[in-house]
Amino acid sequence: MSAVKLENPALDPALLQERRMLLKGNHAVSYGVMRCRPEVIAMYPITPQTPIVEKIADLALTGEIDAEIMTCESEHSAMSACITASLTGVRVFTASASQGLFLMHEMLHYASGARTPIVMPIVNRTLGSPWGFWPDQTDSLAQRDTGWIQFYTEGGQESLDMVIQAYKIAENPDVMLPAMVCHEAFYVSHALEPITVPSQADVDAYLPPFNPEHRLDVDRKESWGNVVTQEMFYRHRRDMGISMSHVPDLVTKADVEFAERFGRGYGGILEKYRCEDAEMYIVAFGAMCGTIREAVDQMREKNLPVGLLKIRLFRPFPVQAIQEAVAGIPRLVVMERNYSPGLGGILHQELKAALFGMENAPLVHGYLAGVGGVNVSVDRIEELTRKALAETPVVESVWV
Amino acid sequence: MIETKKHYDIPEEDVFLSGHFACPGCGEALAVRYVLNTMGPDTIAVVPPSCISIISGAQPYSSMKIPVYQTTLEASAASAAGIKRALIRQGKDHVNVLALAGDGGTYDIGFQALSGAAERNEDFVYVCLDNEGYMNTGAQKSGASPHLVNTAFTPGGKPTVKKNVVEIMAAHGIPYVATATTGFPDDLARKVAKARDMKGLRFIVVLTPCLAGWGVKDDEGVKVSRLAVDTGMWPLYEVEYGTKYTINRGPQGVPVMEYLKLQSRYRHLTPEMADELQRETDRAWELLQARATCVVSVSNAEPIP
Ligand SMILES: Cc1ncc(C[n+]2csc(CCOP(=O)(O)OP(=O)(O)O)c2C)c(N)n1
Ligand code: SF4
Ligand SMILES: [Mg+2]
Repeated sequence: MSAVKLENPALDPALLQERRMLLKGNHAVSYGVMRCRPEVIAMYPITPQTPIVEKIADLALTGEIDAEIMTCESEHSAMSACITASLTGVRVFTASASQGLFLMHEMLHYASGARTPIVMPIVNRTLGSPWGFWPDQTDSLAQRDTGWIQFYTEGGQESLDMVIQAYKIAENPDVMLPAMVCHEAFYVSHALEPITVPSQADVDAYLPPFNPEHRLDVDRKESWGNVVTQEMFYRHRRDMGISMSHVPDLVTKADVEFAERFGRGYGGILEKYRCEDAEMYIVAFGAMCGTIREAVDQMREKNLPVGLLKIRLFRPFPVQAIQEAVAGIPRLVVMERNYSPGLGGILHQELKAALFGMENAPLVHGYLAGVGGVNVSVDRIEELTRKALAETPVVESVWV
Repeated sequence: MIETKKHYDIPEEDVFLSGHFACPGCGEALAVRYVLNTMGPDTIAVVPPSCISIISGAQPYSSMKIPVYQTTLEASAASAAGIKRALIRQGKDHVNVLALAGDGGTYDIGFQALSGAAERNEDFVYVCLDNEGYMNTGAQKSGASPHLVNTAFTPGGKPTVKKNVVEIMAAHGIPYVATATTGFPDDLARKVAKARDMKGLRFIVVLTPCLAGWGVKDDEGVKVSRLAVDTGMWPLYEVEYGTKYTINRGPQGVPVMEYLKLQSRYRHLTPEMADELQRETDRAWELLQARATCVVSVSNAEPIP
C-alpha cells in the first residue's frame, strides 16, 4: 500500500538545504514536487513523463518524500484517486503525457468541476496515430476547455519553480482549480541542466499548507457531485469563470513573490525578450522560446528589430495582458508546432481571437513550424522572421 | 418451500433515510439500507452514475447521512482508494470508505479500476448492487446479465452467460469476497459487518431485483430474491483470501422455472431454453461445491505475512 521505505532513513539535514544539481528537466520537476510535500501521489508510466514519477518513487524510498504512493493501473484511475484525495483536504500530485492525458480527459472535467487544485506536469508529446514520441503541445492544448489552468515552460528550472507556484495559485481560495505545468518531450524533459533545488524552509514559507473550506469528512457530512438542476449548473460554471478570472493577477503576484524569495522570476503571465523598439514580436511558448531567444540575439546583431513574446499562461488565456503587451507593435508572428486539422495553429487562432476588436491591432502571421517535433533551428527562425516581415499575413496558418 | 414471513433482528444505524427516488419496492434501495445502516456513520461513500446515484441524490439533498462523492461510471474503485489513502495521511484510518456501484459499473466499465485496486489491496469495502443490467439507462445488457435473458440490447435473449465476477475477484486473493441478496437481509447485514471490520479490499456482490427492469410485481422483489438462492441461480457464499470458501446457502431443490416465471424478462423462454438454464445452474452448483471443498483442503487461508 504505502511506499516501502528504507530502514532508518535518518534524513541528512543537508538534503533540506538549497542544492545545486545537474538534473534532467523531468527530475527537476520531481525535486520541485518533493519540496511541495504532497500527501498522495498517483503514478502511471508513459514516455516521456515516466522519469518524473520514477524519481518520486526513489525519493519516497529514501524518505525524502513522505506520501502515500499509488501505483495505479491507468491514468484514468490515477486522476480519479487524485480528485477524491484532494477532496478530503490533502495536497496531491500526478503527472502525465500524450495518450495518458487523453485517457484522463473525462476526469479532467471532474477535477475542475469538483474544484480540486491538483497540480499535474504534462510532458508534451505527439498523439497517435501514427505512434510518435515527439514534442508538440497538442496533448495539453486539447484539454484547454477542461477548466484547468495551464502553464507552459521553457526549461527544467522554470518547470521546477512553476510546480511550486502552481500549487500556490491553484490552492488560492479564490481559485481552487487544478493546474498543468507543461514542458516538452526530450527538448526539456530529458535535457540535463544545472538546477537549483530550493531549500525546504523557503518553499514552506512561500507555499502555505493546503486547507480547503469544503472537504469530504464524516464530521462535516458534505457531499459532492450528484445531479443538479440546470440553474445550479449554470451558477457552477459561472463561478468557475469568476475563479479563472482571478488567475492572471495571482500569477503575476506569485512570480513577484517567488523572485523576492528565490531570486528568480519569469515575468508571470508572459515574458518580453529584447522587445524594445521592435517592429515585430515572435510569439511562442514552451521549448521553442529557447531557440527563438538565440535567433533574436543573432538578428539584433544584424540590426533587425525583433523580439520574443513568450506566453507562459495559456489558460486562462491572458487577453488583457497580451493586448497591453502588443499595443503599438505592427506585426506578430506565431511560431508553433500545434496543428488543429481544419483550423490551423492553435496558438495562432487563440491569439487572433484575443486581439479581436483591439484598436490598431497588429498584423498576425501564423507559422506551423516544427510540427511533429521537427527541429526549428536558429537560422530557420531568422529565415521565417524575414519572411514574415516581407509578407502580408493570410488568415490561415501557414505550413513552413 | 419459500418462507414468506420472517422477522429479522438486524442492528441498524440511522444512516439511510426514506424519501429517496427509487421505484417502490426497489431491490437496490433495500440493499443500500442494510449496507449503509451496517457500515455506520463513520463512512464516506463513493457512487458512480447508476440507480444508486439517483437514490442518493440529487444535490443539494441526500438520502445518506454521510459524505457521498459521485464519481464517473468506471472510476468507483479508484475514487474510493484515493479517499482512503488521504484518510491514512490524515490519521483518520478508522473512517470506512465504501464504494456502492451497479453491475455495469463493476463487471464492465469499472472493472479495470476494481481489478487494479484489488491487486494493490486498497483498503475499502466495495459493494456491487447487481440488478443484472444497465437499469438507469433503461435496462440494457451488462456483463452481469444472465444467459438467455431479454434486455433492451438483447431482445431475443442474451447469447452468452453471466460473467462470474465472484470467482474473478476471489482470484485476486483479496481478504474477502461474498455474495448476498436482499431476500436474506440478515445474511447481507452480517457480511457487510464482517467486511467492515476487516482490512484490505473487501468485495460483496448483492443480487438486487429491479422491478422495472426484470418485470417483477411491485411486492415480489423479495420473493424473487429468495428464489434466486433457493433455485441455485445465486448461491450465497464467501471466499476469504481467494482460498477459504464458506457456502452459506445453496439450492433448496426448487426448479429454476419457479424463479424465471415471476419475471417478464424471461417471458420468451421455450421449455428447451428453460431446461438449458436448469442444466447450467446444476453444473455451476456442482462446480462451486467442488471448488469449495478441494481448495480449502489444500490451502492455508490466512494471509501470508
Ligand atoms: C463513461 C460513461 N458511459 C456511459 C454512461 C451512461 N450511464 C449512466 S448510468 C448507466 C447505467 C449503469 O448501470 P449499472 O452500473 O448496472 O447501475 P444501475 O443503473 O443498474 O443501478 C450508464 C450506462 C456514463 N455515465 N458514463
Ligand atoms: S429502475 Fe430498478 S434498480 Fe432502478 S430504482 Fe427502479 S427498481 Fe430500482
Ligand atoms: Mg445494474
